[in-house]
Amino acid sequence: MTVIVEARHLSKSYRRGEQLVPVLTDINLDIAEGEFLALMGPSGSGKSTLLNLIAGIDRPSAGSLRVQGLDIAALSESALAAWRAAAVGFIFQFYNLLPVLTAFENVELPLLLTPLTRRERREHVELALAMVGLADRAHHYPSELSGGQQQRVAIARAIITDPAILVADEPTGDLDRVSAADVLSLMNRLNTDLGKTIIMVTHDQRAARAARRIVHLDKGVLSDSDVEVETAVSH
Amino acid sequence: MYALKLILRNALRHKLRTALTMLGIVIAVLAFGLLQTVVDAWYAGANAASDKRLITRNAISLVFPLPISYRDRLRQIDGIKSVSFANWFGGVYINERNFFPQFAVDPQTYFALYPEYKIAPEQLKAFLRDRRGCVVGRKLANLYGWKLGDVIPLRGTIYTGNWEFVVRAIYDGRDTSTDTAIFFFQWDYLNEAINRMYPRRANSVGVFVLQIDEADRAAEIARKVDATFKNSLAETLTETEKAFQLGFVSMTEAIVLAIRIVSFLVIFIIMAVMANTMAMSTRERLSEYATLKAIGFRPGFLLLLIFGESLIIALIAGTVGCLLTFPVARTFVAHTGTLFHVFNVSSQTILMQLGAAFVIGTVAAVVPSLRAARQGIAEGLRAIG
Repeated sequence: MTVIVEARHLSKSYRRGEQLVPVLTDINLDIAEGEFLALMGPSGSGKSTLLNLIAGIDRPSAGSLRVQGLDIAALSESALAAWRAAAVGFIFQFYNLLPVLTAFENVELPLLLTPLTRRERREHVELALAMVGLADRAHHYPSELSGGQQQRVAIARAIITDPAILVADEPTGDLDRVSAADVLSLMNRLNTDLGKTIIMVTHDQRAARAARRIVHLDKGVLSDSDVEVETAVSH
Repeated sequence: MYALKLILRNALRHKLRTALTMLGIVIAVLAFGLLQTVVDAWYAGANAASDKRLITRNAISLVFPLPISYRDRLRQIDGIKSVSFANWFGGVYINERNFFPQFAVDPQTYFALYPEYKIAPEQLKAFLRDRRGCVVGRKLANLYGWKLGDVIPLRGTIYTGNWEFVVRAIYDGRDTSTDTAIFFFQWDYLNEAINRMYPRRANSVGVFVLQIDEADRAAEIARKVDATFKNSLAETLTETEKAFQLGFVSMTEAIVLAIRIVSFLVIFIIMAVMANTMAMSTRERLSEYATLKAIGFRPGFLLLLIFGESLIIALIAGTVGCLLTFPVARTFVAHTGTLFHVFNVSSQTILMQLGAAFVIGTVAAVVPSLRAARQGIAEGLRAIG
């Protein structure tokens, strides 16, 4: 199986005044293409930081990180932004939709960075919204949608450019049980039917069970003994 | 187009906040324009001056007169095409609040030197025929309801007594910058009365007005005039009409400076208010901007959004402020009587107002846009609006 994410001796520290606070220490991790991986750990364990590094929205302090064979830490800011636009789809805990744009316009956003025509963009967006079951809500604003619907719009936005990786940071953290189940089911379908590589941060055991592999982080260190390969439970 | 859509929707996101900010800018730009127009009005006399007219006055002070006999010697000086003269009268019409300039002038020559005062030929003839006749500006006539044939009483202050004049002509300005709030009457009428009352003060004028052939020779001719009367009983000081007018302005320069400072202070204050508005809006949207950057949008796009929103708010409000300046200026001058003889909102003032609005919009966006552009994505995603 092709390795799509390869982290070697990855470390990240933040400066807090005079102090250097280590968040990740010597992370070595391979993620296969088409894998659905859950990153779990207590609060402050560094799981979101690791996700941010893989997604290219933060830079490591040390070590190497190759995604799709590319050393993303060596890319310039503009090259990194271009890479993210093509290769990464984001799903956030609080959806992070732009409130002044409709569902259609939110999903269309990433396509503005592509050379697609207006008509082509419209076709892509309609397809993505249909895939997440919200074709009839295209012209609603986020304030007119439920939490679960907003997260599905966010998922549509995340997949619209057909990225290689979907990163999800607590995607069900703000949802009720039913909505959370719907979202996880959708993510599972993206993984099994479309072969999307999904890396999900969660502290929710139920959400983690949607993944095929769970990796535990504690105090910035991967727990070797906790790298598990589990069969995904379909919802 | 997408950026414009985002900009407009963001600008209208908090309608009350945007409306109040715009109201502040409208008022500030309006006040700025009005104050600049007051400054322009202060300099109106100097700006309307002709570069082919010189004013000769007593070198000691304008208060002291010059002998009328200087006229013939002035006519002899090379470069001088025509000579006229005037005396400041300084009378009171009904009460001291009704102030307007009053000049006793040489009726045969004065209005030829001032082609910007447009007088109907038959009215000018009527004025010349009547020793008690007066020529009044249209603004004065409208203000006090004077018509041709009306008798205007003035109480003399410099030349004491009660004086009566008959309106024989009403002049209009050649353009909007011409002062039409001046009262002219015949110098001979004044001189006859002075001859009776104060013979020693008779046959003297306040200023000579000289028309010259070439504006480039103004300095040279002025020197010649003053040299002609050097060491005489009444030495002269000759200068361009503009310099003469500016001499009056310089007496109140501190007031003009204060008005200018206040006008710019008003803009500075609203700039701070606008900057606060944009800072608040940007702070609320940090996670949105981080999301856009995460998706792949460059910091330049964020700069465009924030500057665009700030400029649209400022320029729309600034335009409204400019448009309102005209009716407000008209109302202002209607309530100030003849304090400002010329009060026009110039195109330069409008440009300055729009420029001020542009500066407000630009400066207000600088710090918030840099903050949004420079903030790390991970940090921005954690921000709570």
